Amino acid sequence: MDKKSIQNLTRGLIKENPTFVMLLGMCPTLGVTTSAINGLGMGIATLFVLILSNIAISTVKSFTPEKVRIPCYIVIIATFVTVVELVMSAYLPKLYAALGIFIPLIVVNCIILGRAEAFASKNGIFQSFLDAVGMGLGFTLSLTTLGLVREILGAGSAFGWNFAGTEANTMLLFIMPPGAFLALAGLIILFNKYIKRSSD
Amino acid sequence: MTSYLMIFISAIFVNNIVLSQFLGICPFLGVSKKISTSAGMGGAVMFVMTLSTTVTYILYKAVLVPNNLTFMTTIVFILVIASLVQMVEIILKKLSPALYGALGIFLPLITTNCAVLGIAILSVQKDFNLLQAVCFTLANAMGFTLAIIIFAGLRERLARTKVPPALQGTPIALITAGLLAMAFMGFAGIGTH
Amino acid sequence: MSEAQKNKTVSSSLPAMILSLTGVAVISAAILGGVYQLTKEPIQKAKNAMELAAIKEVLPGDFDNDPYADRITRTQKDGRNVIELYPARRGKEVKGIAVKSYTNKAFGGHMEVIVGFYLDGTINNFKIIEQKETPGLGTKVNEEKFSGQFKGANPAHEGFKVRQDGGEIDAVTAATISSRAVIDAIKRAHKAYRKFNAGK
Repeated sequence: MDKKSIQNLTRGLIKENPTFVMLLGMCPTLGVTTSAINGLGMGIATLFVLILSNIAISTVKSFTPEKVRIPCYIVIIATFVTVVELVMSAYLPKLYAALGIFIPLIVVNCIILGRAEAFASKNGIFQSFLDAVGMGLGFTLSLTTLGLVREILGAGSAFGWNFAGTEANTMLLFIMPPGAFLALAGLIILFNKYIKRSSD
Repeated sequence: MTSYLMIFISAIFVNNIVLSQFLGICPFLGVSKKISTSAGMGGAVMFVMTLSTTVTYILYKAVLVPNNLTFMTTIVFILVIASLVQMVEIILKKLSPALYGALGIFLPLITTNCAVLGIAILSVQKDFNLLQAVCFTLANAMGFTLAIIIFAGLRERLARTKVPPALQGTPIALITAGLLAMAFMGFAGIGTH
Repeated sequence: MSEAQKNKTVSSSLPAMILSLTGVAVISAAILGGVYQLTKEPIQKAKNAMELAAIKEVLPGDFDNDPYADRITRTQKDGRNVIELYPARRGKEVKGIAVKSYTNKAFGGHMEVIVGFYLDGTINNFKIIEQKETPGLGTKVNEEKFSGQFKGANPAHEGFKVRQDGGEIDAVTAATISSRAVIDAIKRAHKAYRKFNAGK
């Protein structure tokens, strides 16, 4: 792989991490991360839509007139979101129920339309695919981390494995709404201090 | 009558759309540096949200359900919202330049405000009649406006205080939002008994 | 974007705009229709499987019919809420009945419960199938510590209330409303069960 491809692939992981650096897609980030599994599930669903839409948009970019570009992109993205919705409710009904309203809301996740506008509409199919994988993985990693932190602090378990026992007094605040804001704030501070600086 | 009142209290305070349901976080964090702009955003959201839920609700009950097309909900709703926003922009520009001047810059942002699509979907999921759905939407839009204006007020104050370097920018905004969410938790449980 | 690339895109003439929008819409409708047809059956199956699993879990052991297929539906007076009864039979003999009931008095509003009854009206077990309670607090009504108290209890009995209301059931700490809601739903199920028994 040449240098440019590697750059496109890794950009979303740290340097332009959609959650911790760009602050995109905040609604699902805060809304579903009550557990690591939910964060992971949401991340993968988004990754999937992102890859498909980036490929599709990069393919049709030269056939779509400037003025109707955005409506076309929205139709394409909404189609893939519905596909993910249908497939998930058929084969992963429990996860689908847990993620609820945030699955159809992938349509308005700024990451997806943002990457379509900023990258896929200007680059080739393969590069757009790499960009989607990088960004999607960056999003998945951040959501899983946030979910894991909230689950450990708030429920005393990790990926559903209960290490603290059912009688433990855990910091419930972290799986309630205010905890989402606080945990994300903490993670962004740590990310800026340790990860982002060392990669610069 | 009380059931309508309960819809309002529950949507504005108990299950605040931003602080407890996490819809519309992007504008909540992005357009909340000044009270005046956040009030403008709130007004625009209220307008578009009520309009779009009315249209999507009727469309859902009259077209999608009878034809067994409910799996198309997401795609139909987002198209309705996107075109409504465009139409509102064009009409407002012609009819009321003053109002357009106040709300205009927020309108394009509203298409990707997940609160609008989210509430449109929730109101058809919740088994409401049309009037209840409209009240539910209006109440949620008011909840959004309330949250964003309070938050902007806090941030205006915050801008004049010394914040530790590590917390500057996003982290302190998120912590403020967290504390605000905690305050709203005090309303929890109202209306269940 | 380079100039050469820019020139490749179609101009924004009206026919071009209409053509490309229609094209995108037709393709996405075709994809959606296809996926919908493919996932229709698995989605229905997944839904039934979830209900059936809950029914099997709450019913007393030995039956050989499919209680879900033999279900009886009772619409409530308000015309909206529905109670379903699932009789478990061995041969011709009724062994027990599972009842799907609801309450609107839960902390998160609506809650749905499946309760399994022996023929004398005592409870075998119950399972909450739909709830919006506070994670880590109200959701604990599903745990053995609380739900275990219901095994062998009879909702017709005087003490079938939480201790705070003068009954014999220990509510989940800090989640009295959720605990009361479960009892409310079970009482409604019991009422439907008695009506069913009397009518037969």
